[in-house]
Amino acid sequence: MARGIAQELEHDDRVVFLGEDVASAGGVFKSTVGLLDRFGPRRVRDTPISEQAILGAAMGAAMTGLRPIAEIMFSDFLAVCWDIVANEIAKTRYMTGGQVSLPLVIRTANGGGLRFGAQHSQAVENWAMAVPGLKVVAPATPRDVVGLFAAAVRDPDPVIFFEAKGLYPGKGEVPDGEIVDELGTARVLRNGRDCTIVALAAMVPRALEAAETLAGLGIDATVVDVRSLVPLDTRTILESVAATGRLFTVEENPRLVGWGAEVVSIVAEEAWSELSGPAVRITTPHVPLPSADALEDHARPSAARIVETVRKTLG
Amino acid sequence: MPTPTDLGLPETPAFASRVDDELALRLYRSMLRMRRLEKRAYDLFLQNLVKGTSHLALGQEAIAAAFGEAMRADDWTFATYRGHAHTLARSVPMEPVMAELLGRSTGLLSGKGGSMHLTSVEHHMMGSYAIVGAHLTVANGAAWSAQLRGTDQVAVCFFGDGTTNIGAFHEALNLAATWRLPVVFVCENNFWMEYTPIDTVTAVPRPAADRSAAYGLEPVFVDGNDVLAMYDAASAALARARSGDGPTLVEAATYRHGGHSRADPGKYRAEDEIRAWLARDPIDTYRGHLVATGVDEARLKEIDDDVARELDEATEAAKAAPPPDVDLVERDVWADGGASWRN
Repeated sequence: MARGIAQELEHDDRVVFLGEDVASAGGVFKSTVGLLDRFGPRRVRDTPISEQAILGAAMGAAMTGLRPIAEIMFSDFLAVCWDIVANEIAKTRYMTGGQVSLPLVIRTANGGGLRFGAQHSQAVENWAMAVPGLKVVAPATPRDVVGLFAAAVRDPDPVIFFEAKGLYPGKGEVPDGEIVDELGTARVLRNGRDCTIVALAAMVPRALEAAETLAGLGIDATVVDVRSLVPLDTRTILESVAATGRLFTVEENPRLVGWGAEVVSIVAEEAWSELSGPAVRITTPHVPLPSADALEDHARPSAARIVETVRKTLG
Repeated sequence: MPTPTDLGLPETPAFASRVDDELALRLYRSMLRMRRLEKRAYDLFLQNLVKGTSHLALGQEAIAAAFGEAMRADDWTFATYRGHAHTLARSVPMEPVMAELLGRSTGLLSGKGGSMHLTSVEHHMMGSYAIVGAHLTVANGAAWSAQLRGTDQVAVCFFGDGTTNIGAFHEALNLAATWRLPVVFVCENNFWMEYTPIDTVTAVPRPAADRSAAYGLEPVFVDGNDVLAMYDAASAALARARSGDGPTLVEAATYRHGGHSRADPGKYRAEDEIRAWLARDPIDTYRGHLVATGVDEARLKEIDDDVARELDEATEAAKAAPPPDVDLVERDVWADGGASWRN
């Protein structure tokens, strides 16, 4: 993450970065270590615990020529500044007839896996997806963290960048040099003929693991990493469903109005005749996330639950 | 609520400050444009031509007008849903404002914002915000951008007394003071938080001035109906911001002649309270002051006629304009001009 932010601070001197504990301390997840030393206190700035002030500052700076990156430490805290996100940042371009541009990124640690309990573990990408005017990105690999983050910072619209905090310790190859990806592009990570498993962020490695297990059981699964909920690469998903005839979504968000519901709805409307059986959503149940290992692990979709659901559904 | 005398205000504005003749008349013209446009908007509402809601600043014009004249052309305004006056104060023409209130294609926001969201980036009028408190934090961002880019611009943020009790006010003041941002916060205290007297829901008598010490700022309390005192206060705050000394929190005591919004006749207020404040009307008293200090009535009459003509022309042009094309519904969600969320 620090590499991704550094790449953008280096690339464009209009880029500035602010948030709680992001400068001197290098971030509570140590994901911003070294940025203050390298870019100085004018461009990498600690703030008080004032989420509305953080996002308001990002918005005002964006509308007057800067390209701010604002950190909201835990995505749960978006609830205390949701007015700035949903009423101000999301709507201002539209309400002003296109007069105001808001090229900014809100990056935030999202989702469970660290036993933090219900106020520091939520997967809230579906909150953001429900508000017109916000782009919503959630990478699953270190390479995408850099490449999609660059695309988000360089995008002319506000982007909420959800970092799966459970994946922070994860490892993966990131090539040298500048990496700039494209928003609104899903990626097919594994090709199989029997079913399509569509997953996001922390659920992607679990879907891949499940697919390997399923292969051993004679079920050959395609795995699609959605990567970006808005814009949504429906083409890749529809093409895959057309090839396999079966759809599973793996969502960390609680059940109701999760992003998978939208995906299933699109497939039902546009690829009904391609489906050879019901589309099935695998989600966290509609509960606040509990903290104990056994409970949290049970609540979030696991590779084992994916395997079991797919196996049962396909008979 | 306290009477003007309780607040240490004279029965009519003192007009003790002096400005040059041209500026004196510009201030008069500016206030008159606001007053006339808002009265016309109210008439059009009664004819069911202006829809939705609107929040008039009748009686509060001196604050917006004084800042409008004191600000540099590239300083930014951030206003509230009661923002018609602040928009006109930045020399935005009447016609697109009126057309926006009427929901016409020629509206300032093409009919997509309405009364509560007047914005004209071209005039550095950076928006009217309808969620109480939010825009204080946004004004900070503009000020931060000016500070980082070294442009000497100042962000000026207007809000009501009720805003001083919402969290964003305190977050914004603390950040502005800590970062020494070039921002001026202007609390227009009209003593009524919507339908409730502000002193019954606030821990201190002066909702903004009495909080300033918490942010290391000097209390500034001004007669908001005295356009010359307001001009002085605005100039001082803008100069302080431009010199790098950080924010100012100005509390301007004023009064809205009408209710909170147009659904509200404001009947909860005592007759003698309204009478006392009508006697302090910022425009009538200022006109009297100008005449008393030797300004030729004919020059004032010229301005009156000029503003009346501008308003009539703007109203007729706005009424004659077509409604917006419905294609606009799915335009300008994104920078590419569209609303698409998928491929």
